[in-house]
Amino acid sequence: MPLLNDFSQELTTLNLGPTHPATHGIFQNILQMDGERIVSGVPTIGYIHRAFEKIAERRPFYQITPLTDRMNYCSSPINNMGWHMTVEKLLGVTVPKRAQYMRVIMMELARIADHLICNSILGVDTGAFTGFLYVFQEREKIYEIYEEVCGSRLTTNMGRVGGMERDFSPVALQKLRDWLKTFPAVMKEFESMFNRNRIFMDRVVNVGPISAEKALNYGFTGPNLRAAGVDYDVRAMNPYSSYEDFEFDIPVGTNGDTYDRFIVRNEEIWQSLRIIKQALENLPEGPYHADAPHYYLPAKQEVYKNMEALIYHFKIIMGEIDAPVGEVYHSVEGGNGELGFYLISDGGRTPYRLHFRRPCFIYYQAYPEMAVGTTLSDAIVILSSMNVIAGELDA
Amino acid sequence: MNPQESAAAPEVAVAEDPIKVQNARVLALLHQLFGEATFTDVEEPYGLLTVTTTRERIHDIIAGLQQDQEIKFHFLTTMCGINYPENEGKELGMIYHLHSLTQNIRLRIKIFFPIADPVVPTLTDLYATANWMEREAYDFFGVIFTGHPNLIRILNVEDMDYFPMRREYPLEDGTREDKTDLFFGR
Repeated sequence: MPLLNDFSQELTTLNLGPTHPATHGIFQNILQMDGERIVSGVPTIGYIHRAFEKIAERRPFYQITPLTDRMNYCSSPINNMGWHMTVEKLLGVTVPKRAQYMRVIMMELARIADHLICNSILGVDTGAFTGFLYVFQEREKIYEIYEEVCGSRLTTNMGRVGGMERDFSPVALQKLRDWLKTFPAVMKEFESMFNRNRIFMDRVVNVGPISAEKALNYGFTGPNLRAAGVDYDVRAMNPYSSYEDFEFDIPVGTNGDTYDRFIVRNEEIWQSLRIIKQALENLPEGPYHADAPHYYLPAKQEVYKNMEALIYHFKIIMGEIDAPVGEVYHSVEGGNGELGFYLISDGGRTPYRLHFRRPCFIYYQAYPEMAVGTTLSDAIVILSSMNVIAGELDA
Repeated sequence: MNPQESAAAPEVAVAEDPIKVQNARVLALLHQLFGEATFTDVEEPYGLLTVTTTRERIHDIIAGLQQDQEIKFHFLTTMCGINYPENEGKELGMIYHLHSLTQNIRLRIKIFFPIADPVVPTLTDLYATANWMEREAYDFFGVIFTGHPNLIRILNVEDMDYFPMRREYPLEDGTREDKTDLFFGR
């Protein structure tokens, strides 16, 4: 007589998240499991949706910078500067070379910090904690450099429309140079711990592969697309902030699997180091911000003693200086891919409409397709290697 | 452009803005493929070619651009909704950004339609990435995409019965009296 409830035929529903540590953020995956195998997956997002696009419609341009900080919080300087460059494009402000190079340095530091966290957490998800400890220390040093440059660490709110807030201090430059000397050794150690590690490779090679066509169709950008073999990099294709002055390679993978994504990120860290070294060597002399008093916020010390600076400060903060009518799309290479800002200005003090192209939001759609057919432990590794950051996913 | 071509090109073309030349080329192609009458409001804000078309044609146009062997718009960068309440009969809009990775050409296409009838064909059959972008546009602006496989709210709660990014919903409660905006900006 057959069993009334044959458990071997039943699917299990597993709610992975929203606050499971392995999901790396607040989103849910409702997985249908046949034993250990995933049959279908439905991702649910929106748990930390903060309506940035709506809030931005009531904020002067300056006050939108802190919103961008909180999107991809692993590499907030890139978001800040991407936003500033969008506004500069709208206003027609030309940024001096020195400020552009300083921005490049900070953006590449942010990219390194972002990739370090992603890759080391991928290590943790496969059961290796040591690598994470090694590189977390390096992220801490990057944060110390941020701290010297702008005063804060995670949500940096770095830079201004028209350039940087202040010049690099001697301490900041010294910290940067010291870090550039010590970091490669740590990175080499990290790579030698993982790149040819048998246990690690068993867990990630051929896990969650995605073809180049499919990746493009899903709108992948950044390391996830390059791991599939497409050498699309916004820095090379549409250079911004003097990226055309620097020599760097675009690492690409072949299979688009978890291992390739890991390797591409590691390689990109080396390329970022190359860019930082070039930028630091050739850092031009000159002003660190544009001569645009209507748009560039004056230094705080000036505001206290200089009437003109006080007036401009007031006007900029209160948003009394109108922006020109126009619409701008500007994109930068964020930690996860093409981070785009689409800004429509109707000539007022705030954007009429602001749309963020968040790379995480766009490529996370592909997750169910990549995870179905694998096991739960593979699904965790795939999610981790995609570097989904909830702040950018929900905006 | 290969070196031979640039050497042979007349001197006038060298002096011209390469972005303008490229945009003129893309526009000529658009006119050739879909007819001149299809596109209105051709602009180039900050170097990005922008055309406006109708919702009846949008699916054909994007499908044609994706399949066109010369230009290959394989990458749907982003799409978003917009609301202009004062435009009678064209209150809602969708804005599509396309990118040809082989030739590095970006293109922006806009469509506008009445808020009373916000129905637009879906692009999910062309781009897998359109799925969530359309759900987001539905969630924020109430644009209904015919043929979308799963058109439900994505970022807001499911039982919400209005579309918060429309201009009729200001960020703050308009009836509040304890906080006045009289002296603030515009």
